Amino acid sequence: MLAGVPLTLQLAFSSIALGLGMAIALALIVRAGLRPLSWLAESYVFVFRGTPLLVQIFLVYYGLGQFRPELQEIGLWWFFRSPYYCALLALTLNTAAYGAEIVRGGLQSVPAGQIEAARAFGMSGLTLYRRIVAPIALRQALPAYGNEIILMIKATSLVSTITLMEVTGLAHKLISETFRSFEVFFAAGTIYLLMNFVVTRLIDLAERWIAPDLKRENRVAMVPLDTR
Amino acid sequence: MTFVRLTAIAGALLALCLAPQDVSAQNRKIKVATEGAYAPWNFVNSQGKLEGFELDLGAELCKRAKLDCEFVAQDWDGIMPSLLAKKYDAIMAGMNITPKRMEMINFTAAYAAGPHGFLVLKNSPLAKMPGGEFSLTKDIAGAEKAIEELKPFLKGKVLGVQGSTTNLAWAEKYFKGVAEIREYKTTEQHDLDLSAGRIDAAVDAHSAAKATMESAIGKDMMIAGPAFSGGILGLGVAVGLRKEDNDLKTAFDAAVKSAIADGTIKTLSMKWFKIDMTPKS
Repeated sequence: MLAGVPLTLQLAFSSIALGLGMAIALALIVRAGLRPLSWLAESYVFVFRGTPLLVQIFLVYYGLGQFRPELQEIGLWWFFRSPYYCALLALTLNTAAYGAEIVRGGLQSVPAGQIEAARAFGMSGLTLYRRIVAPIALRQALPAYGNEIILMIKATSLVSTITLMEVTGLAHKLISETFRSFEVFFAAGTIYLLMNFVVTRLIDLAERWIAPDLKRENRVAMVPLDTR
Repeated sequence: MTFVRLTAIAGALLALCLAPQDVSAQNRKIKVATEGAYAPWNFVNSQGKLEGFELDLGAELCKRAKLDCEFVAQDWDGIMPSLLAKKYDAIMAGMNITPKRMEMINFTAAYAAGPHGFLVLKNSPLAKMPGGEFSLTKDIAGAEKAIEELKPFLKGKVLGVQGSTTNLAWAEKYFKGVAEIREYKTTEQHDLDLSAGRIDAAVDAHSAAKATMESAIGKDMMIAGPAFSGGILGLGVAVGLRKEDNDLKTAFDAAVKSAIADGTIKTLSMKWFKIDMTPKS
């Protein structure tokens, strides 16, 4: 089963990286509020959050497989022919929708006062985003985004339905050979747990790094000692 | 009017409850699992009901064995583990007898047998693979020679096979390293991918491959290459049972034998497969 770990991680992290880029773009479009564009971005988020990932994977893989002649004509069939790229696309589109909401939440949490203060200092446009909005939004969004990363690692277990032999696919294969469902699924669960253990530690480190003032020790110290 | 009708219905129901149980109700109740995704052996029809050769045959076998059978659908890759977990009592799902499966479960006498091979697109280079019929039980050397002759055709090609099947065991034994082997949850899925051109050939029983050729996606498909049977491909399709259920084995064995003897299996086989799949003893 460990042989499936590289594929699981590769799919999870490629889709997270690509999806994050898309998510930021979507969130900025929604925030900019240019009507036709922001309306499109909002519908995208609505559709991809509102439908099951498994259905999205099937639609991309088996659904688009039906349109081979058309896809060949526009030179995209090499992409849709491969189960790996189909899985990567479906996972990316899905995580981008959730990510967009997380980024939007982060941006909204930036207090208006901070922006006003920055403006008063003469900051505008990119400088304002880079020095004030982005850091505050990132701190707010990171815990939620860490959640999304963990969810994506687990979501890769669905791609075994389109012939990709990642951890869960190999687990099914092993069970059909050994009939030891409990032991095999237990081991598969442990593998995911270990991967996510590492990921949660990394997210925790990142949180401390970008927001040293919010470290737990400091927060505890700020609580009034005894007010009774 | 409504009251009269309600009273009539209530009366009828009461009569039904109080009536002496008829003979069929005394039959032992068992659950039989099938996949529901392997036409024409077993599949789900447009009304959402299970249908196919094994549903017809199962009803007939249960009648003869004096069993009250209920068919349930179960995904293929969990079909043997769930039998052992007692979710149901028997399997009729196009499942071949193999020595490996017999380590875990019991089989009755075979109720059907047929060859296996390749389903390809008509315009594929694989359509030109040489034909023939080979048994991996009776003539291993001949069969393996035919397999060697296929290797140049299959080099670098992609084969689609349903996971946990004898077809997969066969493909992995002889073509691993020659062709890329992709595992599917159901045969319907590799058929879709064959029609989409994602795989170059599907490895399947000829019976199921023929059904695919007659389906909406099958008009550009054909069976190519030799027909193989026996050995690692299995010793015929039979009812799968738990090892401890010897009484069920006795009952089903007798039912299968009588259905073969009186031609019932031949009739049902002609109905569903258009060819006689009665096992030759």
